[in-house]
Amino acid sequence: MAGLSFDLLALQLFTGVALGAIYVLFAIGLSLIFGMLTVVNFAHGAFFMVGAYVGLFLVSLGGNFWLCLVAVPLIVGTIGLVVERFLIRPLYGRGIDYPLLLTFGLSYVMVELVRIAFGKSGYPFDTPELLQGAVNIGIGYFPLYRLFIIGVAVAVLLGLWLFLERTSFGLIIRAGARDPQIVRVLGVNVARVWLFVFGIGTGIAALAGLLAAPLQGVIPEMGSTILAEAFVVTVVGGMGSIGGAVIAGLLVGVVVSMTSLFAPEMAKVSIFALMAIVLLIRPQGFFGRAGLMS
Amino acid sequence: MNEVSQTLTQPGTAQTNWFEFAKRHRSLLASIFVLVFPLIMPFTALAVNILIYGLYALGFNLLFGYLGLLSFGHAALFGTGAYLAGIAIVHFALPWYAAIAIGVLGGVVMAAAIGGLAIRTRGIYFAMVTMALSQCVYYLFYQAVDWTGGENGLRGINVRDINIFGLKFDFIDPMTRYYVVAAFVILAFFVLSRILASPFGAVIEAVRENEARARASGYNVMLTRLVTFILSGAFCGLAGALAALHLSIVPIEIMHYETSGMAVMMSLLGGMGTFFGPFVGAAVYLLLENLVSLWTVHWQLIVGAIFVICVLFFPAGIWGTILKRMKQ
Repeated sequence: MAGLSFDLLALQLFTGVALGAIYVLFAIGLSLIFGMLTVVNFAHGAFFMVGAYVGLFLVSLGGNFWLCLVAVPLIVGTIGLVVERFLIRPLYGRGIDYPLLLTFGLSYVMVELVRIAFGKSGYPFDTPELLQGAVNIGIGYFPLYRLFIIGVAVAVLLGLWLFLERTSFGLIIRAGARDPQIVRVLGVNVARVWLFVFGIGTGIAALAGLLAAPLQGVIPEMGSTILAEAFVVTVVGGMGSIGGAVIAGLLVGVVVSMTSLFAPEMAKVSIFALMAIVLLIRPQGFFGRAGLMS
Repeated sequence: MNEVSQTLTQPGTAQTNWFEFAKRHRSLLASIFVLVFPLIMPFTALAVNILIYGLYALGFNLLFGYLGLLSFGHAALFGTGAYLAGIAIVHFALPWYAAIAIGVLGGVVMAAAIGGLAIRTRGIYFAMVTMALSQCVYYLFYQAVDWTGGENGLRGINVRDINIFGLKFDFIDPMTRYYVVAAFVILAFFVLSRILASPFGAVIEAVRENEARARASGYNVMLTRLVTFILSGAFCGLAGALAALHLSIVPIEIMHYETSGMAVMMSLLGGMGTFFGPFVGAAVYLLLENLVSLWTVHWQLIVGAIFVICVLFFPAGIWGTILKRMKQ
C-alpha cells in the first residue's frame, strides 16, 4: 500500500470517469429508446460495434477522426432509422418481448455481416495525433484522449438536454414518452417521433463505439461485452431515466477503475455485485421508471 | 337447430378427442419419438446434442413459455450443471451418477441464487438482470482457473463405461451414449408432464395469464416464480451435466450469454409454451447450424436472419403452428 497516494487515487477516479463517459453515452441511447418506445434494444451493442467499424473504414479511406465524429453517428443513425421502420415498427402492440427478441436476432446478423466484411480478428485504432500524450491536470499527468472523451460526453449530454428541453420537437418527444395516445390525438405523427428517437439512440451508441475504439481496439464482439455492462447501468439508474443513466454510468466506471486498482481480477465481477446490492435495496433502480428526464 | 349444430360439430369432436388423447399422453408419445429418433438422424452425435440442448430449452421454456418470464441468464444454470458435474469427476473422481446428481443440484442452487435476486424485478428488467447476473457467474468461473481451467475449459471428463445394477454399458459407443442420455430426457418428460398437470402447474399458467387475479385468488406469486425458476434450473443443470459427460470437456463459452440466447431461439423456433416445441426448436437450430456451416462459416448470419423472420411472421413457432392447425 506504500505506493498508494492521494494523487494516484484521484487519477484513478478520473480514469473511471472517462470510462464512465463511454458507459453514459451507450446507456442514454438505450434508456432513451426504452423510455419512448418501450423497446429494450439488444442490438445496441451491435450498433456500438458498427460505429467503431464505420470509423475504421472511413479512416482507411483517408478520412480523419474529426470527420468521423460527425459522419459515424449520422451513418449508423440512418441504419437505425431503417431498422426501426421495417423491423421494429411491425411489432408494436405485440408485447415487450417481441422487439427484444427481434433486436437480439438482429445483433447476430449485424455481427456476422461485420465478420464477413472485416474478418474475425480485431484491428488497432490509432488515437488521433492531436489527442496523443498527456496533460498535467494538477494531480498528475492524465491522457489527453480520455479528457477528450469526457468533453465529448458532456457536449452530447448538453446538446441532448437542450434539444429535449428547448425545442418543440423535444417537447413532443417528452410528451410522447408520458402519453403517446394524447399526443397522437393532438395531431402529432407519433410513429415519426419514435423513428427519430431510435435513430438518435443508435447514433449516440455508434459515437460511443467510435470513442471507445482507440482505447480497446476494434473487434466484432466488442458490443456484447458492453451490452451486459450497460444493462447494469440501466438497471442501477432506473430504466428509461436519462439522469439515472448518467449517474449510474459514472458510478459503474468509477467502480470498475477502483477495483482494478485494488483487485484487478475482481474488476468485472464488481459491476454485477454493485447491481445485486442496488437490486436488494431498490429493485426499481435509483430513479424508478417515472418520466423521461426525471 | 340443435340437431344441425350437433351433426356439424360431431367430426370436430372426434378430432378433439384424438387431440385430447395425444395431449393426455404427450410425455409417452414424446418418449416414443425420442427412442426412434437416432434411426432417422445422419449422425448419432448430433442426435445426442439435440437431446441435450432440447432438454436445456425445455427447462428454459418452463419459465418462458409457461410462466411468461423471459430469462437471458440460463447459460449460468446450464454451465453450472456442466462445470459441477465435470469437477466432480475430474477433481474428486466421483462416479457418473453422482456427477449428474451434483450437476442437477448445482443448477438448483444457482437458480435459487439468480432467481432470488431477479424475481424482485419485473418484465423487461427481468431479462436484463438475469443476463447481467449470468455474465457475473461467467467471470467467476473464468477466474477460478484451478477448478474450471479458465479460458481453456475443464478437460479430462472421461467416462468410459456406465454401470447400472451390475450391467455394464460402453459409454464410448454412440448409440449407447444416445440411449443413456435419452433415459434422462424421458424421465424429464414425465416429470415436466406431472408438474404441468398438477395444481401447481395450473398456478404457473394462472400467474402468466393474469398476475393480479392469481394474487387475488390467494396464490403466492413471488413464491410460484421462485419455485418455477428453481425447477427450470434443475432441468438445465441436468442438461449441463449430460453435456459435460457427452463432450468430455466443458468450454467456458457454455457460460456466455450467447448460450442463453440459444435457449431463447430454440424455444421460439419450436414454439414457446408447448410441450415438445423446445425439442423441435433444438433440432431445427442444430440441423441448420450443421447444414449451413457445410458451405459457409457464417452460419450465425442465417440462423439470426431466420430467427428475425420467425419473430416477425411466426411467433407461434414450428411446433406451435402445427398444434394450432391440428386443433382446428
